[in-house]
Formats: sequence, C-alpha cells, structure tokens
Amino acid sequence: MSEVKEMKRTFIDEVREKLKSFGLPRLIITAFLLLMFIIAPFTGANFWVQITNVINRFSWNAVLVLAMVPMVHSGCGLNFGLPVGIIAGLLGATLSIEWGFTGPLSFVMAIVIATPFALLFGLAYGWLLNKIKGGEMMIATYVGFSVVSFFCMMWLVLPYKKPDMAWGFEGTGLRTTFPIDKYYGGVLSNFLRIQIGRLVIPTGALLFFALLALMIWAFLHTKTGTAMTAVGSNATFARAAGINVDRIRMLSVVMSTWLAAVGILVYEQGFGFVQLYNAPFNMALPAVSAILIGGATANKASITNVIIGTILFQGMVTMTPTVMNGLINLDISEVLRVIVSNGMILYALTRKTEATR
Amino acid sequence: MNNKNKTASSKLLNFLGNNAVPIMFIIIIALCIPISGFSSLFLLNEIVTRLSRNAFLILSLLIPIMAGMGLNFGMTLGAMAAEIALILTSDWQIWGIPGIVLAMIMSIPISIVLGLLCGKILNAAKGREMITSYIISFFMNGVYQLVVLYMMGSIIPIVHTTIKLPRGYGVRASVDLTRIRKALDNVLSVNVGGVIIPVLTLLIIALMCLIIVWFRRTKLGQDMRAVGLDMEVARAAGIDVERTRIISIVISTVLAGIGMVIYLQNMGDMATYSSHSQIGMFCIAALLVGGASVDKASIGNVFLGVILFHTMFILAPKAGAVIAGNEVIGEYFRVFVSYGVITIALVMYETKKRRAKAGMGAQLAAAQQEGER
Repeated sequence: MSEVKEMKRTFIDEVREKLKSFGLPRLIITAFLLLMFIIAPFTGANFWVQITNVINRFSWNAVLVLAMVPMVHSGCGLNFGLPVGIIAGLLGATLSIEWGFTGPLSFVMAIVIATPFALLFGLAYGWLLNKIKGGEMMIATYVGFSVVSFFCMMWLVLPYKKPDMAWGFEGTGLRTTFPIDKYYGGVLSNFLRIQIGRLVIPTGALLFFALLALMIWAFLHTKTGTAMTAVGSNATFARAAGINVDRIRMLSVVMSTWLAAVGILVYEQGFGFVQLYNAPFNMALPAVSAILIGGATANKASITNVIIGTILFQGMVTMTPTVMNGLINLDISEVLRVIVSNGMILYALTRKTEATR
Repeated sequence: MNNKNKTASSKLLNFLGNNAVPIMFIIIIALCIPISGFSSLFLLNEIVTRLSRNAFLILSLLIPIMAGMGLNFGMTLGAMAAEIALILTSDWQIWGIPGIVLAMIMSIPISIVLGLLCGKILNAAKGREMITSYIISFFMNGVYQLVVLYMMGSIIPIVHTTIKLPRGYGVRASVDLTRIRKALDNVLSVNVGGVIIPVLTLLIIALMCLIIVWFRRTKLGQDMRAVGLDMEVARAAGIDVERTRIISIVISTVLAGIGMVIYLQNMGDMATYSSHSQIGMFCIAALLVGGASVDKASIGNVFLGVILFHTMFILAPKAGAVIAGNEVIGEYFRVFVSYGVITIALVMYETKKRRAKAGMGAQLAAAQQEGER
C-alpha cells in the first residue's frame, strides 16, 4: 500500500519536475494556443485553413529561427545581430534578380551570391564579437541596426537597373517592397505541394528546413560541433582542453549569419515579396523570442526548441487575430504579440541560472 | 627634451583617443555647413530650439550611468508616462502653463510605478542591464498600446472626439497640442539679434543641472557612485545595493517624464504611438556624441552632445540633397550615424572593461608570484 503511495508521489514529483523544466511562460503560451484552436471553429474560422496558415508561416520563419542555434551553442548569446545575415541574403536576392536569373534558378543563385557576403559579414561580425566577450547581445543589436541603416543608403545609391526592383522615374534606387512572382516566389512552397481539401502543405519548404536542420544537427555531433557546445557551456574549460575558443566562436557566427541569409530568402519565397530598407530592423526580435518560447535559454538551444518555438510563436501570431476578431470584434493581436514576445525575452534575460556564464 | 616631446605627443594621442567621437562630429559638421548653405542665424536658432527641447531628456540619463547601470534605454517609460498625462490633460482641456504643470505632476506617479518595475527587473538581470532595459522599453510599448488604444475611452474616460477614435475607444494617432505649443518657451523669451532664446526653459534646465550637481554630493548620490564602482564593495560597506539601483532608475524615469513634457510642448504635436519609440535612441546617441561613455557621463557631455548631434541632424538632409541629389539619403545617414555612434561607444566600453579585467588578472598573478617567493 505504502509502496503504491510512494510511487504515486514520485510520479507526481516527476510531472512537477517536467513542468518546471518546461517553464511557466511556455506552458501558458501552449495552453493559450490550444484554447485558440478549440475556440476557432466557434468563431466561424475553418479549422483546416487555420492549420494551413500556421504550417505556412512556420515554413517561412523556421530557418530564421534556426539561425539562432550555432551562436547560442558557442556562448555568443541570442543573435540579436540577425539583420547582418539578412542583409547578406538581401544582397543575394537583389543581385540574382539584377543579373537576370528567373524561376527556381534565381533562388539557387540568390543563395550562391549571398554566401560570400554572408561569409565576409560573418567574419567581421565574429571578429568584433570576439573582442567584446560578455557584452555580445547589446552590441549585436546595434551592429545589426548600423548595418541595416547603412544599407538603407546603399539600396538608394547602388546602380540597380532592373525595372522590377528599381524606381522607374528617378532611375536609381530600389523600391521598398517588390513582388517576386517572376523569380523565386513560392519556389519551395509549391514544390511537391500537397492539398487535401482545405489543408495545404508546403512540402518543399518544410523539406528544405528539414535538410538545413539535419545539417546543423549532424554538425553539432561532429568533433567541431562538440567543441562548439563545450565552448558555450564553459569557455575556460574548453580552452584548457586545447580548443581554440575564438576560432570556434567565429565559426558559429559565420554559420548563424549564413543561415540568416538563407532564412530571409526562404521567408521571401513564401511571402512573395522582397522587403528592403527598414524591414530587417524588425526581424531579430520575433526570431529571438520564438526560440526562447521553444525552450531555449541564452546558452542552450536545440533543433527541437526551434521547431516547437516557431510553431507556438507563429501559431499565436496567426490564430489570435482571427479568433479575437470573430469572438469580440476587437483585434488586439498585434499588441498581444508585442507583449508576449518581448515578455518572453525579458523572462529569459532575468532568470538567475543563466546569469552565471 | 626628447622625452618631454614624447609625453606631450602621447598626451595628445590620449586626448584624441578619448574624444574621438566628438572630434569626428566636429569634422563632419565643419564639412557640412558650407555644403548645406544654411545661414548662421538659421542654424543658431535651430540649435537653441533643440537645446531647450532635448537637454532635459538627456539629463535623465546621467543618474543610472552614475549607479553603474549603463545607458538607460528604459527612459522611454518616462516618455510614455508623459504622453499618457498629456492625453488626459488635453481631454480635460487644460491648456497653457497650467496644462504643462499638471501634465508634469501627473506623469510623476506613473513614472514612479514604471521606474520601480523597471528597476526590479534590472536587479534580476545584473550585468546585462542595457539589453534588458532595451527589451523592457519594447515590452512596455506593448502595454502602452494596450492602455491607449483599447482602454482609453472604454475604461478610462475620454470625452472629446478630437482625441478619441471614431470607433468609440482608443486615442487617435496624433494628439494636437497646439494650445500648449511653446507655452513654456514663450514665457520670458528674449530675442537677441534674431535668435529667439526661451529663457524659462533654459532656466529649468540649468536648475536641473544644479540639482544633479548637488545630488552627487548627497549621501544617496555617494552611495550610487559606490554601487557603480563595485557592487560587492558597496554591499560590504553596508549600502543597500538593490534599493539604490532601483532609486536611480526611478529618478531617471521621472526626469524623463518631465523632459518629455518639455519636449512635446515645444513640438506642439504628439504622435501617440511613435513619439516615444525613437526618443531613447536619439537621446543616448546625443549623449555619446558629447563624449560620454557607458560608465562615465557629465553635464558637459549633455550640452556638447545636444549641440553637435542636432547640428548634424539639421545639416544631414540638406547635405545629402546637395551631395547625392537625394534628401532621403541624408535622413538615412543621420539614422546610420546615431546607431553607429552607439555601437562604437558600446564596443569601446566592453574592450576597456575586458582590458581592465585582464590587467587585474596580471596584477593578481604577479602578486601571487611574489607571495610564493
């Protein structure tokens, strides 16, 4: 009898332990999302359309969130400098279009052209972050902003000529937003697309993400990848073990930057538009909070965190407006998104366990 | 002789290194003034206006720097408090000096509550105050929108349709403050050879400077400096570190609120959802341009910073139009410069901190060796 009781207690303890490690904010967000899914049909929204929306938005954003992983692993913190990589991706996108590539080839070429820029930016960015260990997050934020605002000038000055992208009447300067239907719009999403009734699955985009995620997962299990994790969890210990800490950190920054460059291209192919100028300013925070919602901390992140986080975050973003609108005819989803995503980052920044780095 | 020369040149190099940012700005401005073609009278007028508009806001940044909490990106919270106060006073139709004074008084309790919250959170995030206060400003912006866009008019009574959105709740994107426009500036304003000087506003700013100078000498001010130098030593000396840090943030937030009222009465128009969003960044950039760093800032930095930064701000679009034939480039340029200056200051601060740490380690090692011997 007492044995059963004891077992019960350990079981309850276990559940409690599990919940604790899951984290209260994550629990609230999961519950909230489930509630949204339950309410949604009553507000007249089609369940399968909602699922499609969430999957779609997941496929656009997942790679950008994945770009957080290498830097978190090497102890560089959350990559608030995501715009650095995004700019490399935008250079790839615009140059690929400018040089006359169309269709799926333009997507491949965009990645190919973006790669050297991403390497270059990543090396410079990584060099800087190695100089200022401990203050990465704040400086990354402002390095990102500086690069974005510098390129605001460049988009105007660089001699782009393609009429699809450039301002017609002034002759120079790129437009703020332009459609890419003729180029790589939907190139991944429409590949092997599955449609069952009203449920649409963008198989190609999901496969592409799976491929990148698998690559990162595999990399983290190689010798260099293990070294990266070691550097992230204890830099002093890693140095004592003969690992070149600066080089590993540099590698992680380059990887993150390249993933961000590819990530923005994947985002664009789903979204159907290229956004220049001020748009990259607002790209870092959603990605950061997505991975945190997924259970990552400032120095620990896995592929699972990326997947769960992106689904929860994007689910919240897509579900709340429809449900709120249908329910009380009041769209507070944008405000809710700002509060939840930044609240999540604050929660991660203030947790005591992470203060010891 | 040679030796003397050497020290002189190294001194000069040191001076240049320590004041790189202001010197760079002086060069940029010196190049841009002739290009822009603005008259000196126009420039002088603009500078005086912007000095009176912004100086108080920037002064609010000094105290957290003293307490070692870095650049307070959370000053935006004070700005939001001021905006809420101004929305209410506009709805109550209290204009002119009484309106301004009432708005200042009403902003104080809101600022105190927000400052307490911000201070508490920052105490939980020691060592990364700046990024945390930066995120707090975004987080509170969400809460601010919730209050102003959904609760005003439905829970908090708003009467006038000039302020309320047509749907019955929420505040319009812009609140007209024409009737308190320059109410403070115009009292005692003096015209000196074509330059209009808002004497009262400048007096208030001067008074605030004196208060800050006095505050540094009080017990609390000394405590803050001690906390800023070394938290552990301060704690050992019996100072309540957490409390001192919270107070410094509360003071900063309250000052930012009052500063924002001064700022908005000069503008005469308030963009309800965006006036506050950039204010922190521009104030911080201005302070850094004045030669301040993350751990050291003086009143002199504030004034030099306002003058240099805002002169650049006036000149950039015109210079951009002349050089590149596009005014927008000048606007992007000044945003780029603001971000660039903050980045450089942050990098310099972190490298200095690291060097100091490494130096301490070397000293410790040397001392240990000595001991072993």
